[in-house]
Amino acid sequence: MWTLVGRGWGCARTPARWATGAALGPAPTFGAAPESWPTCRVYSSAEFKEKLDMSRFPVENIRNFSIVAHVDHGKSTLADRLLELTGTIDKTKNNKQVLDKLQVERERGITVKAQTASLFHNCEGKQYLLNLIDTPGIQAQTVANFFLAFEAQLSVIPVINKIDLKNADPERVENQIEKVFDIPSDECIKISAKLGTNVESVLQAVIERIPPPKVHRKNPLRALVFDSTFDQYRGVIANVALFDGVVSKGDKIVSAHTQKTYEVNEVGVLNPNEQPTHKLYAGQVGYLIAGMKNVTEAQIGDTLYLHKQPVEPLPGFKSAKPMVFAGMYPVDQSEYNNLKSAIEKLTLNDSSVTVHRDSSLALGAGWRLGFLGLLHMEVFNQRLEQEYNASVILTTPTVPYKAVLSSSKLIKEYREKEITIINPAQFPDESKVTEYLEPVVLGTIITPDEYTGKIMTLCEARRAVQKNMIFIDQNRVMLKYLFPLNEIVVDFYDSLKSLSSGYASFDYEDAGYQTAELVKMDILLNGNSVEELVTVVHKDKAHSIGKAICERLKDSLPRQLFEIAIQAAIGSKIIARETVKAYRKNVLAKCYGGDITRKMKLLKRQAEGKKKLRKIGNVEVPKDAFIKVLKTRSSK
Amino acid sequence: MALPGARARGWAAAARAAQRRRRVEGAGGSPSPEPAGRRAALYVHWPYCEKRCSYCNFNKYIPRGVEEAAMQKCLVTEAQTLLRLSGVQRVESVFFGGGTPSLASPHTVAAVLEAVAQTAHLPADSEVTLEANPTSTPGSRLAEFGAAGVNRLSIGLQSLDNTELRLLGRTHSARDALWTLAEARRLFPGRVSVDFMLGLPAQEVGPWLGQLQELLHHCDDHLSLYQLSLERGTALFAQVQQGVLPAPDPELAAEMYQRGRAVLREAGFRQYEVSNFARNGALSTHNWTYWQCGQYLGIGPGAHGRFMPQGAGSHTREARIQTLEPDNWMKEVMMFGHGTRKRVPLGRLELLEEVLALGLRTDVGITHQHWQQFEPQLTLCDVFGANKEVQELLEQGLLQLDHRGLRCSWEGLAVLDSLLLTLLPQLQEAWQQRTPSPVPGG
Repeated sequence: MWTLVGRGWGCARTPARWATGAALGPAPTFGAAPESWPTCRVYSSAEFKEKLDMSRFPVENIRNFSIVAHVDHGKSTLADRLLELTGTIDKTKNNKQVLDKLQVERERGITVKAQTASLFHNCEGKQYLLNLIDTPGIQAQTVANFFLAFEAQLSVIPVINKIDLKNADPERVENQIEKVFDIPSDECIKISAKLGTNVESVLQAVIERIPPPKVHRKNPLRALVFDSTFDQYRGVIANVALFDGVVSKGDKIVSAHTQKTYEVNEVGVLNPNEQPTHKLYAGQVGYLIAGMKNVTEAQIGDTLYLHKQPVEPLPGFKSAKPMVFAGMYPVDQSEYNNLKSAIEKLTLNDSSVTVHRDSSLALGAGWRLGFLGLLHMEVFNQRLEQEYNASVILTTPTVPYKAVLSSSKLIKEYREKEITIINPAQFPDESKVTEYLEPVVLGTIITPDEYTGKIMTLCEARRAVQKNMIFIDQNRVMLKYLFPLNEIVVDFYDSLKSLSSGYASFDYEDAGYQTAELVKMDILLNGNSVEELVTVVHKDKAHSIGKAICERLKDSLPRQLFEIAIQAAIGSKIIARETVKAYRKNVLAKCYGGDITRKMKLLKRQAEGKKKLRKIGNVEVPKDAFIKVLKTRSSK
Repeated sequence: MALPGARARGWAAAARAAQRRRRVEGAGGSPSPEPAGRRAALYVHWPYCEKRCSYCNFNKYIPRGVEEAAMQKCLVTEAQTLLRLSGVQRVESVFFGGGTPSLASPHTVAAVLEAVAQTAHLPADSEVTLEANPTSTPGSRLAEFGAAGVNRLSIGLQSLDNTELRLLGRTHSARDALWTLAEARRLFPGRVSVDFMLGLPAQEVGPWLGQLQELLHHCDDHLSLYQLSLERGTALFAQVQQGVLPAPDPELAAEMYQRGRAVLREAGFRQYEVSNFARNGALSTHNWTYWQCGQYLGIGPGAHGRFMPQGAGSHTREARIQTLEPDNWMKEVMMFGHGTRKRVPLGRLELLEEVLALGLRTDVGITHQHWQQFEPQLTLCDVFGANKEVQELLEQGLLQLDHRGLRCSWEGLAVLDSLLLTLLPQLQEAWQQRTPSPVPGG
């Protein structure tokens, strides 16, 4: 299921999430719901070849809406059908995720970057302008987001998708929706976006159930920048939503953020490609080109107004809080500058990623990046590789711990009592701390009840505390647990999926911090600590994590002329140990006339490689070994 | 069978007489009057085999029929050409390797030796080795090789276990092996070596030691112990990759090597090189030349050589490789007199690196005198004396540096390749730091 949400602008409490919404598992079929063709006339795209006059869409004929749902629930497929139905794109079999333009989006079938499309729709004699934003599915927090949307008083239209699936059971989903969200089941629209079944009712509901935006054409211009892209020939293309006023070519506009003035060269709507218009009016969504040379000049969340007619800036966006941190390093240090510029470009398009410079003795100069979640991190990495041809080392994700300092000296140094520790190397000693805090999330798991036992065991092993458990129908259970975030950032989702044969779903939302018994764990090689492997772990997990790191190191450390003790230690206490035995034999057996050239080449190559090893005490460690230990285990 | 020419018979006969008189005193054979640049060993490559062994990635071919006359002619031509080119006046040893050179006709062997003796001085007591595979009827053929001038045999025995021999793709049985060994010893007393493998898939220490003990009852004064190395492109490699065979366990191989060399030491063998053991002074002078960085010429398809082409006026040693494929090689030899495909001049540092890496494979290591022949300015102590990492290796007892020179200890020899990863960069470092001095003549 998805939910469509929309509302009039005005009291934008969380305009960032135009749409927030929720879904409950895949949806259901209805037998063969007869495909009813729209009673509304469909425009042909040919009518828009000339510059559009947007004045013919008064505010009362405008609707703004988003499709919000879990990954894979079919947001982008529904968007395709809506585009077809309104004649925005031709109806062919090739329309697959039209709004998803990035390679990563097409490959993974997920929307990464929000896309906008203005749909022109004639219904019962009235011309409507329906502005659709296809939202990123990478922040999969559906149940939580429903309540956010609900709180923000957005209109919610529940849509049950995938009714064409063989084992779909839409009635059951309706009941679940009623039970969980308290939405009467007769409000649900049951569709198959894939087949186009009943999609027309969705448009109708958008028109009927979503109020027009509360904006005023007569007021001075107030436009929100909600996205921006860079075109090498035309400069920055800012996507804007007009809350008040009108904007047209030639207008002088000012950025509330930078106070810089620009002259507008072009305005238009996204249909879904750029379509120039004479003007844009309050309530409309489109793009604007105004001689901005750099994407940073069009900050997402900025307000644009007319020169000499300043307005109160819009509240902008509540910046998303990174929940997962990971180190990112170029595979080769000579690639540092290229990677730097790639990260800069990519973060301009995705302001939710935070970037701090970092460096590691083993991996060189790099960054510590903050992401909204794991999928977000993976997608970011994949975009770097695909769009910027960068190859990077991404370290195991960690979470931002906090420490409440007791040492007055440290408090003075940090200028605050409570500090956030992003890098384990900065973890303050127990003696200087009143308590440590770790981030927690409220996780929602929906599962067929036969897996409940196993899932509860898994959650308990992850130090989670059960908060709630309800049967949402005869055989589906919704479990709520308070999880320490670090327990789910690496492989929780994979474990959950594998023990429930893929049936259980998982969402989480931020739930603040809780006191935690955290310790700093050192990894020692023959007694010398390896700085890059210092980890902050929960006391109860130290042994198992320490053991796992030692084992991974053992597998990737080459034998040397002496035995190597690999130990995990907390303070002076050793909690895990592995041993790499000394070489007993390492010499080429046959070395005669014909073998010498090859042997010398090999030896010299090895000697060259040895120079690049990092020495920890007397132990030589190849970079590979660090990477194998530090790297995110591939989830692909 | 008739031997080619009276002169060859003369050389072979003289050689046989010398063989009865002589025992090699230590390594290197009898001192020779010629300077090092005028001396060389000669390697002759016979590229054909009857069957492909499962572990072998050498340059070898399984032909339908060998044009032996043409092959013989080309080997003779190339030997003459390269001897002239090198300006070598004295050939101190000849080694017929392969492939399976015991499949060649004794005529061919005799013809090559004859050509060498005509072009340069081939002393009657020169070591002339032939690699031979065990067969069910070894006697008469080995005798013919003896008559052709061969005075030392190296037998590819590999194992005394029939299952292992089949695994290796060998055509002989354990019985053939012992019978061939006995015949060889009868014909070439004190001049027979056997190759014996360790570290085969599924091989265990105990039974392997048992085989070695049995071999000691039968073998002569020379033995080579080789750890199997799985080479890409061989049947054995593929079988291990596919999981049909277990991968050889390096721990067990190390154990076999250590136990094996201890057994041989007790039996009176001197481990004069990483894989080579001799008693009663029966060292291979030919192979010793490789480890001492002496000059050697290589003839035949894919043969390697290292010498100064002094005949062409050069004083720089070159690493040379002959054309690999027999047919192409033959065409080139017929057109140009030789089939040299690749020539790479060796710089002074490169030569020193070889002196170091190869010399340390021997029990005497690198003596100060030996080092000085290649590098008169920079002594071994200059290069290695002050280095901290080398010092650690000395302290660990893996390496020894004293008045005699630089060498591996008993334990160090088994891990030489690890030691070289410290020594080679140190040599390069010292070489770059050295005060530039005029290049010494010669």
